[in-house]
Amino acid sequence: MAFPRPRPARPELPRQRVRTLQCGQGAVRAARFNADGNYCLTCGSDKTLKLWNPHKGTALRTYQGHGYEVLDAAGSFDNSQICSGGADKAVALWDVTTGQVVRKYRGHAGKVNCVQFNEEATVIMSGSIDSTVRCWDCRSRRPDPIQVLDEAKDGISSVKLSAHEILTGSVDGRVRRYDLRMGQLCSDYIGSPITSVCFSKDGQCVLAASLDSTLRLLDKDTGELLGEYTGHRSTTYRLDCVLNEQDTHVGCASEDGHVYFWDLVEGSLALSLPVGQGVVQSLAFHPRLPCLLVATQGQVTLWREDTFQPEGDPN
Amino acid sequence: AAVESSDSEEEDLVSYGSALQPLQEGERIKKPVPLQEQTVKDAKGRYQRFHGAFTGGFSAGYFNTVGTKEGWTPSAFVSSRQKRAGRTILGPEDFMDEEDLSEFGIAPKDITTTDDFASKTKDRIKEKARQIAGVVAPIPGTTAFDDLIGPSKITVGVDLLRKMGWKEGQGIGPRVKRKPYRQKPDPTVKIYGCALPPGLSEDSEDEEDEYQPENVTFAPKDVMPVDLTPKENVHGLGYKGLDPSQALFGVSGREHLNLFTGGSEETSNLLGDLRHSKARKLGITGQAFGVGALEEEDDDIYATDTLSKYDTVLKDEEPGDGLYGWTAPKQYKSEKRPEREFKYIGKILDGFSLASKSSAPIKIYPPPILPRNYRPVHYFRPVIIAGNENCQLQKALEESTGKLESDPTQQSRHALNAAQRREQLGETELKGPTPSILEYLSEKDRERLKEVKQASEKQIKAKIVSQQSPNSRFQPASPEDAAHKWQMLLGRQLANAGSSDFKPFAKDPEKQKRYENFVKSLKQGEKDTLERFLDPNMTEWERGREQEEFFRAAMFYRSSNSTLSSRFTRAKYEDDVDKVEVPRDQENDVNDKETAVKMKMFGKLTRDKFEWHPDKLLCKRFNVRDPYPDSSVVGLPKVKRDKYSVFNFLTVPEPTTSVTQATNEKIQESYSLNKPKKSSRWDISDKEKEKKDSISELISLARSKADVQQQPPVPATEECGTGTSETLPTVVIDEDKNQGEESGRPPMDLFKAIFVSSSDEKSSSSEEESDEEQQPTTSERESETTKQVDVPDSSSSNVQESVTATTDSGISSLPTSKQELDATEEFGPKLPPAFSSGRFCKHLDRKEKHRKIRERHKTKKERKRKKEKKKKHKKQKNKGKHKNKKSEKDSSSDTTNSSDSHSDMDTTGLSPKELLRR
Repeated sequence: MAFPRPRPARPELPRQRVRTLQCGQGAVRAARFNADGNYCLTCGSDKTLKLWNPHKGTALRTYQGHGYEVLDAAGSFDNSQICSGGADKAVALWDVTTGQVVRKYRGHAGKVNCVQFNEEATVIMSGSIDSTVRCWDCRSRRPDPIQVLDEAKDGISSVKLSAHEILTGSVDGRVRRYDLRMGQLCSDYIGSPITSVCFSKDGQCVLAASLDSTLRLLDKDTGELLGEYTGHRSTTYRLDCVLNEQDTHVGCASEDGHVYFWDLVEGSLALSLPVGQGVVQSLAFHPRLPCLLVATQGQVTLWREDTFQPEGDPN
Repeated sequence: AAVESSDSEEEDLVSYGSALQPLQEGERIKKPVPLQEQTVKDAKGRYQRFHGAFTGGFSAGYFNTVGTKEGWTPSAFVSSRQKRAGRTILGPEDFMDEEDLSEFGIAPKDITTTDDFASKTKDRIKEKARQIAGVVAPIPGTTAFDDLIGPSKITVGVDLLRKMGWKEGQGIGPRVKRKPYRQKPDPTVKIYGCALPPGLSEDSEDEEDEYQPENVTFAPKDVMPVDLTPKENVHGLGYKGLDPSQALFGVSGREHLNLFTGGSEETSNLLGDLRHSKARKLGITGQAFGVGALEEEDDDIYATDTLSKYDTVLKDEEPGDGLYGWTAPKQYKSEKRPEREFKYIGKILDGFSLASKSSAPIKIYPPPILPRNYRPVHYFRPVIIAGNENCQLQKALEESTGKLESDPTQQSRHALNAAQRREQLGETELKGPTPSILEYLSEKDRERLKEVKQASEKQIKAKIVSQQSPNSRFQPASPEDAAHKWQMLLGRQLANAGSSDFKPFAKDPEKQKRYENFVKSLKQGEKDTLERFLDPNMTEWERGREQEEFFRAAMFYRSSNSTLSSRFTRAKYEDDVDKVEVPRDQENDVNDKETAVKMKMFGKLTRDKFEWHPDKLLCKRFNVRDPYPDSSVVGLPKVKRDKYSVFNFLTVPEPTTSVTQATNEKIQESYSLNKPKKSSRWDISDKEKEKKDSISELISLARSKADVQQQPPVPATEECGTGTSETLPTVVIDEDKNQGEESGRPPMDLFKAIFVSSSDEKSSSSEEESDEEQQPTTSERESETTKQVDVPDSSSSNVQESVTATTDSGISSLPTSKQELDATEEFGPKLPPAFSSGRFCKHLDRKEKHRKIRERHKTKKERKRKKEKKKKHKKQKNKGKHKNKKSEKDSSSDTTNSSDSHSDMDTTGLSPKELLRR
């Protein structure tokens, strides 16, 4: 007779600052975990991209080759490649080990706000303020995108991908979901400019942060509003929103230097992390652990749950 | 004895090498391999070359052909899918031969000391010292072996010094201010004959001091380490043996080999510098090793003696101060000499000397003094009419103004033909066979011709003069002249004008082609070929004209290109195309969504679904089946629409007109349910469904904007007005009245055409639409509209007339008139009905007629009335829009519905014509 499965542990939120990385690359525009969460990428305003082990606090590599600030980056599933987009309107594909630019995709008419790999790292999706999302092929050498999604009426602020869906958030106040399997485009009107979108881990919901200082959780299939989360301040900047590793809480960066977490179901404010003085620019949640990466000004901080004991740390 | 002697001989002899095999009996003596066949081969059997591809030789593949003896073997295919990360990056080595990588190639793979770890080859001082030691040592050259065992690191002291700013070749100590650090005289400068005494050079140094700027400091002079080697040999004092470096390295030809020189220091310098300037590797080169005692000369026998080695002018030794470049004032010592004062300063080339006499100074003329009343603005002098008496004057004028008018008669002498010149010179005509046709004419005829010719010439002349006088600059006298002028004008600007975009003669492709060639040649600056591109079939005059035209076009393009192109982007739609591609599915009304968002009614109201076609490749990359395997569309499906159609500017959902067969069929089905005999032409009018929406939109817009603005009545608006008022209560149609009104009011068919609705209308979120879903079928609406025309004007219109007659906005009128146009297009006779009956066709014709008549005979009164009706309706509609659906229903819809049910029962299966009859 099998043992009953242990009760799932109560989800914990990252409340404890474990480490601070002084990136030394100007303002950190984005901090992103890699696919397994062991490493992270930081995008600097000094045109560099850095690879870190945030858990040990070691800088592993610096990637230079962008012509202007790097605004977003993403790692491939096998950690062999990195894609990044910057204000130089280019999307770059990097080789992680050599640190060289493998390819540079040019075609956007404005700065590239967001980049994403698809699951197999065969396509890079890049969203730009030129209101297009471009799908770049990593497999062939063609210089032009596979497809340009130009349905948005204003700049694209965020792009996320699932196995067969492309989720875009645009400044025109709409969350668009392109379903490749269905051949359908669903456009959900939010009204206020969207700063960030993300899928929930179960792929059923869509979280959208907008400039009216509100996070909205929408049902993916019907577009119905499942939850609304307020309390933070987001009126000017492109701030990230995240869901935690178990989809129990939603989090969002704020312009008042905090990171807020709400209970997903109840909508009540669960936590507000005082990160620093400046605007919290970017957030990244670890895919498996209650571990949060927060970028503010020139540094990145790593937050863990209370019970976490940092090993090898003198204090 | 013989044997013994041979033995003893063998004992005495010393044998080298291994003995040959003793010959076998009967074996033939091997032929020696001839020299040309003694070749070296490498491991692969190729002839060994001693140079790789990068060092002058070449050896590729197998005997310079392919990879192996068997031929070319392709490398096995390896799927990049698995080995993506392991992609090999080709380096230069992949293109190099083995020879290049061998010991003597350009990239030897052997383990060697790299520069970082090389022994202190750069340590010049030590090296010099060592060389001195070597020279002084009893066995010259022994110290060369020190290199092999020397420490492989720069000493800490040197390293420290370097970090403190010391550079090799400089002395150590504080920087000296006035006394310049002087390098030794350039060792490459030979001194023939007597060298100057050292004292003199000291003097010259002192003199130079005056020349130095105050703020320049110099590194102190390098001090040679004092040689403290004790004299152990029995050579004479100062004897230093034969210099091995000179003897061995083949440079002695440049140098007097004197064994005894003044100071050991000097020689050592000489040695050191020489070695470095030559940068020779130690080793034995070309010449024989060593110098034979009997050899008279060990100079390089192939060296040539050039004149430049010798001084041609008596002068002092060159300062050789390396601090100055070639621009340094080398000759400033001779400044005292007067005639050289403002002479060439700098190094004089070998073989040249300064001129003793200066050339005459260049005269500089002062600029002319401007007259008091001078104005720097050019004005054109009056043009003097050409004539016999004042032609000289005119010529002078023209010459002074700088532009020679080209007059056919006054052209330069090259333009004149022989006969004219002869005439001017007063010469007699040459006798001989005349080619002129005039010769064969009679005297009279000739005279007459001459007269005519002269008359015409005069006329032409007069004309030209008159033309030239006002705007002579713009009137090209001859095409060639014009071309020249235009070219001058355009020449440079055209160079950067891309001609691809600008197509001034797009309508005439032939001409456009000619124009493009023309511009191209103009850009290249070929003047003569300009004519070539003009149509040879045209007359001279036409060609001239065309050329002019082309020039102007090019000019125009250039100017607009440079000034405007930076500010404009290319048109999204081409101008001459009246259809544009617009997304088939439009989004719903944003206002509705906003209200929905405010009410937090997310879901259906805020969601728009579109058919979206992903690229095939994208599907493949995402491992997703292509949802539309048969379609070639990528992105949102687009429809060709009228460019200026209202629908492009409205955000109303608009179902397809021509897109999918499926939808059409569906519609057809639905129609056939209602009216089985109905023509399928109505399918097209799917679009019209939307017109309703758009019209209501427009009306609401117009209403909001409605002001006291008087408006010229437009018939189209009325139609819309009446058309939209379908919610008014229905009354039974009076046939007679209907007929009587026929001339004045729009026919039913039009309404039907515009406002036809279908039961399968796509569900949409807007309430407005949900209203319209309750709309009756066409037949019902016909009855409604006719009734409306009759009924309400007496009751309420007069009350509102004063207001409504004035309240109409241009916004509503303009687009609706366009709508009408659309209607005509759609319902014109062009489209063949799919299931039309003869009756229906007739009916269509009648429709057309009706409309024409109506448009002609519309009276103002009616217009007013209708407008007012429309207003009323609009009000109602808006009310309905603002969520009192119920009240609306109470007032009107109930009746409508009831009548609907009536007419529905009646009209199913009847053609519209029959309906009208009733």
